[in-house]
Amino acid sequence: MTTTAPNALNVECETGNYHTFCPISCVAWLYQKIEDSFFLVIGTKTCGYFLQNAMGVMIFAEPRYAMAELEEGDISAQLNDYEELKRLCLQIKRDRNPSVIVWIGTCTTEIIKMDLEGLAPKLEAEIGIPIVVARANGLDYAFTQGEDTVLAAMAARCPTPTAVTNTEERNPIQRLLNFGKKKEEVQAEASQYHDHPPLVLFGSLPDPVVTQLTLELKKQGIQVSGWLPSKRYTELPVVDEGYYVAGVNPFLSRTATTLMRRRKCNLINAPFPIGPDGTRAWVEALCTTFGIEPQGLAEREAQTWEKLADYLELVRGKSVFFMGDNLLEISLARFLIRCGMRVHEIGIPYMDKRYQAAELNLLSQTCAAMDHPLPTIVEKPDNYNQLQRIKALQPDLVITGMAHANPLEARGMSTKWSVEFTFAQIHGFGNARDILELVTRPLRRNQALAGLGWQQLV
Amino acid sequence: MKLAYWMYAGPAHIGTLRIASSFQNVHGIMHAPLGDDYFNVMRSMLERERDFTPVTASIVDRHVLARGSQEKVVDNITRKDSEEHPDLIVLTPTCTSSILQEDLQNFVQRASLSTTADVILADVNHYRVNELQAADRTLDQIVQFYIEKARRQGTLSTTKTPTPSVNIIGLTTLGFHNQHDCRELKHLMADLGIQVNLVLPAGASVHDLARLPQAWFNLVPYREIGGLSAQYLANEFGMPSVTITPMGVIETARCIRAIQSVLNEQGADVNYEPLIEHQTRDVSQAAWFSRSIDCQNLTGKKAVVFGDNTHAAAMTKILTREMGIHVVWAGTYCKYDADWFRTEVTGLCDEVLITDDHTVVGDAIARVEPAAIFGTQMERHVGKRLNIPCGVIAAPIHIQDFPVGYRPFLGYEGTNQLVDLIYNSFTLGMEDHLLEIFGGHDTKEVIHKGLSAATDLTWTTDGLAELNKIPGFVRGKVKRNTEKFAREQGITEITVEVLYAAKEAVGA
Repeated sequence: MTTTAPNALNVECETGNYHTFCPISCVAWLYQKIEDSFFLVIGTKTCGYFLQNAMGVMIFAEPRYAMAELEEGDISAQLNDYEELKRLCLQIKRDRNPSVIVWIGTCTTEIIKMDLEGLAPKLEAEIGIPIVVARANGLDYAFTQGEDTVLAAMAARCPTPTAVTNTEERNPIQRLLNFGKKKEEVQAEASQYHDHPPLVLFGSLPDPVVTQLTLELKKQGIQVSGWLPSKRYTELPVVDEGYYVAGVNPFLSRTATTLMRRRKCNLINAPFPIGPDGTRAWVEALCTTFGIEPQGLAEREAQTWEKLADYLELVRGKSVFFMGDNLLEISLARFLIRCGMRVHEIGIPYMDKRYQAAELNLLSQTCAAMDHPLPTIVEKPDNYNQLQRIKALQPDLVITGMAHANPLEARGMSTKWSVEFTFAQIHGFGNARDILELVTRPLRRNQALAGLGWQQLV
Repeated sequence: MKLAYWMYAGPAHIGTLRIASSFQNVHGIMHAPLGDDYFNVMRSMLERERDFTPVTASIVDRHVLARGSQEKVVDNITRKDSEEHPDLIVLTPTCTSSILQEDLQNFVQRASLSTTADVILADVNHYRVNELQAADRTLDQIVQFYIEKARRQGTLSTTKTPTPSVNIIGLTTLGFHNQHDCRELKHLMADLGIQVNLVLPAGASVHDLARLPQAWFNLVPYREIGGLSAQYLANEFGMPSVTITPMGVIETARCIRAIQSVLNEQGADVNYEPLIEHQTRDVSQAAWFSRSIDCQNLTGKKAVVFGDNTHAAAMTKILTREMGIHVVWAGTYCKYDADWFRTEVTGLCDEVLITDDHTVVGDAIARVEPAAIFGTQMERHVGKRLNIPCGVIAAPIHIQDFPVGYRPFLGYEGTNQLVDLIYNSFTLGMEDHLLEIFGGHDTKEVIHKGLSAATDLTWTTDGLAELNKIPGFVRGKVKRNTEKFAREQGITEITVEVLYAAKEAVGA
């Protein structure tokens, strides 16, 4: 990988006084992704209140998550952590019978130093359900990094080939693709793939996107032998020393590190498959790693751009300011610069220059190609300062959290709520339109409501 | 440890922030980890607020855990002071700061040496009080702080206003329909010839607080917030307070009569009886509604009520006393104030339910199978699952419970709103029930292409007569279903028997 090229991107660091979601929010999409899981958030009313309100209607759909709400007796250790957790986990086992219980450690468990990693194996043995511990707390992490902590913990649970007698039988994607086919056909199909070492992709994506990306790679003769996470905990992919792994999202540093250091995998450092440019670069990086000549990628990318013409018309020349709260910012900024937008500032909660190296590279290259000055990346931004800069710059679009969106709109600024980017389908060629659908929505609204004369309403 | 999916009342700091953000130019600083500033999102979304919510966090991170907050909190306070020039900064503890046990009071003292703003530490413990209790306390704390301050500076104005006047205490941001209630109460006071001295805390400036004692009395419309402040003012200045929630016709009259006697004791010589009479007959439609045939049809229908103390108690009284509805049980999640609730609803419902566990409430609804539910958003969802209509009467609430249209729950216009809410809940249920009886919801299959009445079927006189007995709003659907059935069965003449055979076939 060409990760060594020095990029002249200016990275600053502010005070970290910014608004974002607490990382425990990852339970909301992960419990839906991992269908046989149960997420137990061990925390306080504050955590519960956040989940209840942030997840809106999802809370009413009998979610497979709950709070283990700590009471004063738990804080002062008048109650025994182990006994308390055992009681609740047995209740969960009885009511829901999950294949895994994920404990989400919070700020409170950190501060009172509740030894979740120590308690879990004991309790696991006693109740017979795997217990995975993820410390997704607001002391250390922001929003999407919650998923990273969970997947890093899951990575340790991925089976090795020796632990699985029949890999073919176990692999869900293989099984799905092979469904109803005769053995000869399966062998014939296997020959469609190049002979490359096993590749496991990591990052939680909606199933349709998983299928799209898997098929995108199949076109290049690359076989995806598994995804972390899978649809079910019992179907976690086999991971062995020497396997290749690649991330699909920019916030998965810990997972990548765990796969490299603990599971001895080779990380393919690539830009992320967000936007047609990112998707192409991602596929190319995978091909390059396996010594495969990519087929028809340039055409595929060009076709995708063509279909975006109407939206590109809208965004071209417009300026955008990322306040930063979900770590998708670098990839999105890179895509939007390629779309012809001007990026004032890329706020980001946390910048892993190694894990995002290829993405940062692509950003610099894109800037060069589009004759765009290198934007400043602001790590741990200060929302107050950012608002002063926004006031001075008057960008055409501010990508920001809900705390600032309405007040900015009332001041005549167009905003897009950043959280939507984490829940919308934005990966691969097929979803590039969805990203622009989101980005252009305020711009289209502006067109529809032009000439009414009430932009500023403070 | 407690297994929980849902809570009715939020954590303590939410209450403090609701008070801080209600005042003008008061800034809340939370001592909290990243992500705990979710309050700003709620405020901005639910209230569709145009201004930035004056709440920031002094972030607790790993470094703070290792070394303590040290200068961080003080720096954040002084920084906010110079950036925003607030009158008051309220340092707000959270569950995290509760267990870190740092000396926040000391930070406050140090910070206030270098700030123009006043600085106080909200005296709330996460593990002891909930959102509502914390709001009550914080309001009281701020009131006391500024009364004391004015007293020291000699700016306290204790001379009563020449004409009767009132402080309305307890209207807050993110309070259920509070902004509409506020307008309605001001309107009511104007009708009573009472000058509104101050509304607290919504929209008030802390500089106004020294004028609090000028009012003749305090009106505390909600049970949960404002009681402590009113009590303090009573102790300090002998100010009487009226704590009857003017929700419903009877309670509104009772509230006005209490105001009358409070004022007359101070020599006002007012008689509000004619006004009560006029409002009840002409402005509120609720009294007439209770006599109307619509309401008669609700007699003895079963309902359940759940919410906060104020709204659940008032709702129970309205349903039972003003509409003849049978309230099977009434409940509250204000466990800390359960005795008050029991006293209020005794004799008005069969059973009292005190819990903050939504599954207990859900089970109690399923067990009773009421015709309508009056509860929070959670009960609305239980209702959806059980196919029982629900009117939302209390927080926790969603964006749709912050209407922009004028929807007070209090005062005489409030009684009108409540009539609609209650009647619409019950008729919806009835309509649903009739649809069920006469052939279910929208038929997806097309019977005819085109909407003309041309048909190869004939209705006999008795069949047609029977059809006409069916309520208008479902008649068309029943007719279509019957005709479809007849066609399928090869019947050309529809009699009353065919009509009911069709109904049975659809039901089967």
